[in-house]
Amino acid sequence: MISYPFDYVRPESVEEALEHLGGDTKILAGGHSLLPTLKLRLSAPDKLVDIARIASLKKIKKDGDEIVIGGAVTHREIMDSEIIQKHLPVLSEGAAVIGDPMIRYKGTMGGSLAHADPSADWSAMVLAAGGEIVIQSKKGKRTVPATEFFTGFYSTALKDGDILIEIRFPVPEEGTKMTYQKFTQPASRFALVGCAAARLPDGSARVAFTGVADAPFRDKGVEEAVGDWSEATLEAAAQKAAEGQNINADHYASEEYRLHLAKVYCKRALLQLVN
Amino acid sequence: MSNKYIGQSVKRVEDKRFITGKGRYTDDIKLLGMTHASFVRSPYAHARVTSIDISAAESMPGVVAIFTGDDIKETGIVGVPTGWQVNFKNGDTMKEPPHPLLIATGSTAKHIGDPVAVVIAETYAQAVDAAEAVEVDWEDLEAVTDPFKATQEGATLVHDDSPGNLAFDWELGNPLDEVNAAIDASAHVTTLEFVNQRMVPNAIEPRSYIGHYDEVSDKYTLYTSTQNPHLIRLLMCAFVLGLPEHKVRVLGPDVGGGFGSKIFHYTEEALVTWASQQTKRPIKWTETRSEAFMLDAHGRDHVTKAEMGFDGEGNVKALRIKTYANLGAYLSTFGPAVPTYLHGTLLQGLYTTPKIHIDLCGVFTHTVAVDAYRGAGRPEATYLLERLMDLAALEMGKDPVELRKQNFIPAFDGVEQPGYQTQVALQYDSGNYHGVVDKAMKMLDYKKFREMQQEAAQNGKLLGVGFSTYIEACGIAPSAVVGSLGARAGLYESAQVRVQPTGKVSVYSGSHSHGQGHETTFAQIVADKFGIPMEDVDIVHGDSDAVAFGMGTYGSRSLAVGGSAIMKSIDKVLEKGAKIAAHKLECAADDLEFAEGKWTVKGTDKHIGFGDVALTAYVPHVYPEGLEPGLDFASFYDPANFTYPFGCHIAVVEVDKETGKVKLQRFIAVDDVGNVINPMIVDGQIHGGLAQGIGQALLEGAIYDDYGQLVNGSYMDYAMPRADDLPMFELDRQETPCPHNPLGVKGAGEAGTIGSTPAVVNAVIDALWSGGHKVKDIAMPLTGERVWRAMQSS
Repeated sequence: MISYPFDYVRPESVEEALEHLGGDTKILAGGHSLLPTLKLRLSAPDKLVDIARIASLKKIKKDGDEIVIGGAVTHREIMDSEIIQKHLPVLSEGAAVIGDPMIRYKGTMGGSLAHADPSADWSAMVLAAGGEIVIQSKKGKRTVPATEFFTGFYSTALKDGDILIEIRFPVPEEGTKMTYQKFTQPASRFALVGCAAARLPDGSARVAFTGVADAPFRDKGVEEAVGDWSEATLEAAAQKAAEGQNINADHYASEEYRLHLAKVYCKRALLQLVN
Repeated sequence: MSNKYIGQSVKRVEDKRFITGKGRYTDDIKLLGMTHASFVRSPYAHARVTSIDISAAESMPGVVAIFTGDDIKETGIVGVPTGWQVNFKNGDTMKEPPHPLLIATGSTAKHIGDPVAVVIAETYAQAVDAAEAVEVDWEDLEAVTDPFKATQEGATLVHDDSPGNLAFDWELGNPLDEVNAAIDASAHVTTLEFVNQRMVPNAIEPRSYIGHYDEVSDKYTLYTSTQNPHLIRLLMCAFVLGLPEHKVRVLGPDVGGGFGSKIFHYTEEALVTWASQQTKRPIKWTETRSEAFMLDAHGRDHVTKAEMGFDGEGNVKALRIKTYANLGAYLSTFGPAVPTYLHGTLLQGLYTTPKIHIDLCGVFTHTVAVDAYRGAGRPEATYLLERLMDLAALEMGKDPVELRKQNFIPAFDGVEQPGYQTQVALQYDSGNYHGVVDKAMKMLDYKKFREMQQEAAQNGKLLGVGFSTYIEACGIAPSAVVGSLGARAGLYESAQVRVQPTGKVSVYSGSHSHGQGHETTFAQIVADKFGIPMEDVDIVHGDSDAVAFGMGTYGSRSLAVGGSAIMKSIDKVLEKGAKIAAHKLECAADDLEFAEGKWTVKGTDKHIGFGDVALTAYVPHVYPEGLEPGLDFASFYDPANFTYPFGCHIAVVEVDKETGKVKLQRFIAVDDVGNVINPMIVDGQIHGGLAQGIGQALLEGAIYDDYGQLVNGSYMDYAMPRADDLPMFELDRQETPCPHNPLGVKGAGEAGTIGSTPAVVNAVIDALWSGGHKVKDIAMPLTGERVWRAMQSS
């Protein structure tokens, strides 16, 4: 198909990009979610603001005790980054199971989080890694913890006039372990169910799901049940997965099966952290 | 005659242009003054058009013309026909409702995407914009999509004059009372009720057409992404538009895959041709991927109950089948033939079953037409037989391989031993079924696998092995027989071999290549038979002005039928060449032998080369009296019979006990496709076929909801097999020559698809039984959830 007409600008800086926002404007990064909706005429923005080549958004760096991933960094760049491989290997491994090579070369972490597809891979990993989202508007910068960023079905804390410029992660303490386990939807290769989990040196856990409900979420019920991290405790903890959530259903997985998968993948993720 | 090329894995001549992006597909062609079409389509599966308003659209920028169903109705053009007539059991004529090019006001759209109007504009974007501005009022009506439900009382009708939504009912085989008696007398009856799900063909190149009427010459040209340009021309000229055939040229340039879906004559082909005459402008239409999902004829879609009766020793005594075959809303070109003469006739399989009966309903539903999809009927027959065999073995506690072998038809070569007459009309040409099984079993290492399976089961893992031994029928023929069965066309092939004065050879073939590699395989044959380099042979196809006639490419017929036609012309060239050579060498033609590209007087070293003879044929100064100049022969080849490839496929799977997810660990395929010209191309055909067959087992399947909406019409929702879904294929071959064609070839295009699907499903069932889950069937595709549920409930 062919999209409705739109204007296209490619600003050099975030400041310049902010000037273009407003009205019916869409931000274009990798375009792997946006372009199909345009071509199918499911969305009709007046203008696309292409931020994919803004240099300040393309960086991965260590900033004190934080790891910073720029808003326009691609999945592939995260997969290959030495900084990420050293400090947050879960993101590098997780990038490798996103889509296919073409998607990984074009798609961006920032774009994925901003789009907030309920089955996207990054959301669970960012939640489990304790990430924060840095948002810039003309009024200034603000930082939103990932736990407050996802607000519902394809909706986030981003407002009109906002650009997601960075994702920041605390450098994990020595001894922290993280994993991402995914049951792949065979057509889209999104997560039918994805579970990211972290085991912190103090014995606490961060467990997050994608694909299960309208929005990705941290699962406090599971986190509080990991106890001594014995196999039996973890198996029991996994049974609490997605308690209280409205579980998605589609032609690939009923509510019942999805919930079952959440429990299985939760168990696998947790066990991965003790082996 | 020594073969330099035949039997060699010569690299494909086509690949340079395809791999470097230089292929020339219909959408790549740009004609001067070309316009673009976009269709206004029904958003409902069943709805009456109450009004069509084009006034806003007409004044949109760039709009050249808009035609609606009302305009088409005025012309008297009825629509596209089907190419096969299958009458009711009682002799009543098949129901063949019209398939209009566009739906007129007052009429009903009968599937999602049924077109109401076409907008022609200067650019594609303008056409799309204006098509959106066409206002259609609809009265949404109830739809039915399931072929069984459609036949039940009270079901809404697709066509008012087709009660019970039946296009026809049909039976084949032994008298039903004999089959019933044999079933009743059986010591064990294995029963399976299942759905062979609907498949979307998914050629990588969507359909694309350019209609071009040239006022000056009063000639029409249609560029079309098709598998058979001549048949499209014949159908369109004679049955749809009433155009003079000699004024119509149909070109099928490079075509990016068909899998059956591009055999058929589609309404849009006729429409762009007709509209070009109206507008006096070339018109291009290339479908979107969404349209391809909705509109390219789908495959399979059978609802079946099958019963197989065995005596106490495990010998098959009877087979009884009841099938509801979904034909879609309209009868596509080969729609009625696929579930009947390409499916019912294959139910003998490889077994000596003495009593077989199939009862089948061809059913209209509010879905897009169902027609041939890679394998076309034979995969459905094979799935049915091979699922029954493995299940019967499990139920009776027998080994599935031994059970098959004890029921196999013994080996026969079709020369010393006669062909095998089945209970369902066909006569197999030659076969050695034990041979392929023994080879495949050796590759599997069966004993070791069963040990591994037991060990896995003890460790809580589910390993399974599934078998499939198939036979298929390629190169559907001969014309007189298929004519008596309802075919409205012949099923021969034409080929012209033109030796140019310099000894270079142009071959004009009615077979059409859209991925099969004809430009290589055919050239290998011609080069070897003439003893010339392959570079000296050019294969021309896909142009109705260049090629005398053609029945196109489908049903794995190109080499067996098209290749045989080339052989006939080669023989004529060599025969005439010998006369010219004899004259030049001053001997009798009988004294000559042809080898290595030259005619030699037997027992001497006196000879003349192929090139010299070619030149002499066109510069006939020293020339046999009474012999015509030139060295150029056309032939038509009408085969004596189908060809019957067969093989043994084995799948090994592991099932995740917790999630039901199936991992295909190994896939072994030993196929016998007769003699092989290019092993690499045959392997490639098998690989692709396996991927499609495995795709049906594990991943694919069109889903319509109760309103007739296609739920999974995109690659986000419809799972195609990808490299990481598949293991490294383990292939081997056996070569049992076809006794009735000059190359001894049988056809390899569909074997992979036909054999593989039941092997995979059988393997999953076997894995579940190894864990104590005595499941009879799981509906394809075997998604994690379906397998998990099967384990939960058993």
